[in-house]
Amino acid sequence: MALIEFERVSKIFAHGGGAKLLRSHLLDRFKKRERDTFYALKEVSFQVNQGESLAVIGRNGAGKSTLLGLAAGLCKPSEGSVAVRGRVAALLELGSGFHPDLTGVENVRLNASLLGLSRSRTSEALESIVDFSEIRDFIHDPIRTYSSGMVMRLAFSVAVHVDPDILIIDEVLGVGDQRFQEKCFDRIRRFKQAGKTLLFVSHGGDIVRLLCERAIWLDHGKMMLEGPPAQVLEAYNASAG
Amino acid sequence: MWNGDYAFLLSNLIQKDFKVRYRNMSLGVLWSLLNPLVTMAALTFVFTKILPSHRHQFPVFVLCGLVPFNYFTLAWSAGTGSLIDNAAIMKRVPIPREIVPIATVLGNCLHLLIQIGLLLAFTLGFGNGINWSWLWLPVVWGFEIVFVCGLALITSAINVFVRDTRYVVESINTILFWMVPIFYSFDDIPQRYHQIYRFNPVAALVLALRSILLESTAPRMLLLLQLASSSVLMLVVGLFVFRKLKERFYDYL
Repeated sequence: MALIEFERVSKIFAHGGGAKLLRSHLLDRFKKRERDTFYALKEVSFQVNQGESLAVIGRNGAGKSTLLGLAAGLCKPSEGSVAVRGRVAALLELGSGFHPDLTGVENVRLNASLLGLSRSRTSEALESIVDFSEIRDFIHDPIRTYSSGMVMRLAFSVAVHVDPDILIIDEVLGVGDQRFQEKCFDRIRRFKQAGKTLLFVSHGGDIVRLLCERAIWLDHGKMMLEGPPAQVLEAYNASAG
Repeated sequence: MWNGDYAFLLSNLIQKDFKVRYRNMSLGVLWSLLNPLVTMAALTFVFTKILPSHRHQFPVFVLCGLVPFNYFTLAWSAGTGSLIDNAAIMKRVPIPREIVPIATVLGNCLHLLIQIGLLLAFTLGFGNGINWSWLWLPVVWGFEIVFVCGLALITSAINVFVRDTRYVVESINTILFWMVPIFYSFDDIPQRYHQIYRFNPVAALVLALRSILLESTAPRMLLLLQLASSSVLMLVVGLFVFRKLKERFYDYL
């Protein structure tokens, strides 16, 4: 069964994120100027079946983040349709919901609730989350005193405890030291073994080959190629010249 | 899409708001007391020494106006900016968007509780006793909170598309200081201007508070009905407007 289904999906954005000040809204009204828009995604169609892992690769600005935003239910497509079935945990820019003035433990609770964990599940998982992050000695200090690696450890630890049907990951494995990366990687592999679905976004690299059965390559919002990761990566790397 | 624990999320967002606020103030809650005290002292000086209004228990009289006004302005402007201030969360997690402005408005209630404590302390200090009409206090405060939630839902949503909304709200708040009977009484207002005040829930709340605390009588039924209906109506309209606008938030945040 397809858990994620994109059908001829397009997403149109205005340059500069749309009019934001009263002045530009008024100018739009009086001068019939053309709104400067572009396609962040153009007629993209694909499916991800249950238990499958799909990698989305492409350069900066290729539309990867927009695609994740649509899959995570953060926005609606301008054209086409998006269907997602099951509980989704999207790890987009890990730690972005963290507040620097709150302590590690306070941020864990806040983040867990944002990701949809209940109060009782959070209390149960708290010990395990702190253990996984390996920063127990600092857990009652404000996050602003943490190194960026420590913040990432904490954010990833919360995210893997959410236990979703679909895990959406945006380039988070490039954080922390080698050993912690291994640990995250192992966690994701176990997640896959449990029959869960994975949508993984990357600039490319070996990790795609190791984690995913299938890959799509996006360039300027268009889907260039879909197939086995090795083949898609080869074409992608060739185009980079 | 998002099927998490609403109550848990709401309580975490509220806690975040005031933990962050009070941790950055060395004197913590004292600041919540200082502002109304200073304003009260200044107004009392002006209206007993310079332009004497001969109002009975002027400090209590003026606090009945200041406390609801302060909460209204603080909660409303914080609520208006809440979606932008939490843009990082809004762009990453599909939480129900309504919860963000509502949490901000409720997060300001700690402020309100402290100031209500101040108001009640002054009321008792001036020799007014506790009586049955005090049971109306939580009800009328509840209506104010509901009203601000509705208003903040509308302005926070508009603020995503037009970032100047924040400043419009601030200007309205400045005017409101004069348009709510804070340092004058409803009886001072000429008959033909009554309509301006009748549908202003902040003014209605001030009148209700004065009747409870200074006259020891329950507020008039008509006043309570106006307060209740305008608050509920505002919340319903707020939720409706918010629902209409929220689908396009992502593109503008």
